[in-house]
Amino acid sequence: MTTAPLGQLPGQTRRGERILIGLAVGLTLLFIAAPLVFIFVRAFAQGWQVYAANILHPATLHAIWLTTITAIIVVPLNVGFGIAAAWAVAKHRFPGRGILVTLIEIPFSISPIIAGICYLLLYGRQGLLGPWLQANDIQVVFALPGIVLVTMFVTAPFVAREVLPLMQAQGSEQEQAAVTLGANGWQIFTRVTLPNIKWALLYGAVLCTARAVGEFGGVSVVSGNIRGQTNTLPLHVELLFNDLNAVGAFAAASTLTLIAVVALVIKAILEGRRQS
Amino acid sequence: MKLHLATAITLALGAAPAVAQDRLLNVSYDIAREVFEALNPVFADHWQDATGRSVTIDQSHGGTSRQARAILEGLPADVVTFNQETDVEVLVASGLLPEDWRDALPNGASPWYSLPAFLVRDGNPKDINDWSDLARDDVQVIFPNPRTSGNARYTYLAAFAYGLEQNDGDEDAAEAFVKAIFDNVPVFDTGGRGATQTFAERNIGDVLVTFEAETGGIAAAYADQGLERVTPSLSLFAAFPVAVVSDVAERNGTTELASAYLEWLYTPVAQRIVAEHFYRVVDADVSAEFADQLPDVRLVTVDEVFGGWDAVQENHFAEGARLDNVFVNQ
Repeated sequence: MTTAPLGQLPGQTRRGERILIGLAVGLTLLFIAAPLVFIFVRAFAQGWQVYAANILHPATLHAIWLTTITAIIVVPLNVGFGIAAAWAVAKHRFPGRGILVTLIEIPFSISPIIAGICYLLLYGRQGLLGPWLQANDIQVVFALPGIVLVTMFVTAPFVAREVLPLMQAQGSEQEQAAVTLGANGWQIFTRVTLPNIKWALLYGAVLCTARAVGEFGGVSVVSGNIRGQTNTLPLHVELLFNDLNAVGAFAAASTLTLIAVVALVIKAILEGRRQS
Repeated sequence: MKLHLATAITLALGAAPAVAQDRLLNVSYDIAREVFEALNPVFADHWQDATGRSVTIDQSHGGTSRQARAILEGLPADVVTFNQETDVEVLVASGLLPEDWRDALPNGASPWYSLPAFLVRDGNPKDINDWSDLARDDVQVIFPNPRTSGNARYTYLAAFAYGLEQNDGDEDAAEAFVKAIFDNVPVFDTGGRGATQTFAERNIGDVLVTFEAETGGIAAAYADQGLERVTPSLSLFAAFPVAVVSDVAERNGTTELASAYLEWLYTPVAQRIVAEHFYRVVDADVSAEFADQLPDVRLVTVDEVFGGWDAVQENHFAEGARLDNVFVNQ
């Protein structure tokens, strides 16, 4: 290569570049875009009316509602948790800091089904807290609380992981300056800390939402699959598919895909804001 | 704190018991969706007429071993409608329902039943009429893996019962007969619906063996293929047991409703709906009405031929038992 005439290099590079770009675009289209398009093609295979009837089916509507309410509960809680955890780790020095960071990241590396089974073993009838819960008539697993808990576990690291590096990079000089100027804790948080992490926080929240909406494995264990009661949208897609109701399954899947695409667009916009 | 919040939200949204109408959770087997979707609204009308109260029946469907496991962990099933007696026994073992659950309702608490039967290609080109045809060299047979599918375990046992009868009760000869059938299976799917797709969508095999109740639904779902249902001369009685999960029902205050629901399944109205889904029913009049679509067949039971489910487990499905011999090299 080093002996090749200089004049040929730019041409070669351009050709190599084209091949690489072509490969990347081609593979993206083949493996990601085409299946997504296929979902919508199948969903509308029998026309608008059949699609609408499937979406408006009470069980599907309930699944959409259940997934939405789960995200509405989980995301704010995880935003609060993320800020608190990142703040504790970034702005303070205490023994066990490293362990705390590792613990927060555990849900990233653990398969969600493990989370589901753990919660079943803890809150199930035969579980550790089972007898107490039953005596007090509290239903956790196979009901909304169980679905929310598992989803929270799975999505717990998303906000903390986005906010933490930013807080660490910024250090605590600004907060210390605010203290010397006489600001109280709440003023420091809302006027100094929060504006600094705003975009990272929103970015983390969007990722958290996308994951919460799409969670399948963990929720599948604690759901009980009661149609119109504890069936989230991803579980409902599977159920309709097994019902041999292809249009219904793809219609529900298209709703899920739409939510994901919207989240993705918001994420892209936020990413732009964060970098500028 | 989290838990209280979530509970409070659940209550506020009305998903908790404090609802002004009756509710019943029926935890059921995987392929029962269509039949209960047809049954439940009719029962709701009946309950409204009889008591003036409205009722919502919630359904959960899945493999019954998985369902039994979920109930053990607290899935609040008022009633179970299963297709495997052994999975009801799991609940009995943990004290959720009484040992004598079979005596609570007629016909051993099995309001309908089915049997392994065949589905063949348009015009039955390979002339498949009985179990012996499945062992022929020129026939490809499709059914799921008996290690993962209860449906396929019934198929295995039905074929074995036929083999025993053809060979004057010689178990080794029956095993050789069943092995000849297994050697004709090109692919073992994990579940019944997977085998159906292999047969009907991927167009593999000459005959699909599954519950007779499924063959009717499959033939209808793939009507353009002209699949034909074939009933063998002998098959195995497959009970579809139902029971009130007394422990849960007592706590929910639904014992009366749950019992009424299961008893209603034996009425001619319900039995007719069930028969329309190609199950065999216990009501003699309704059975006679559907005699055309459900031809005569000699049925044997697990108790008669194999000495009960415990013996089946030991002699056939345990590690190193007969199923392993049949399944060798697969």
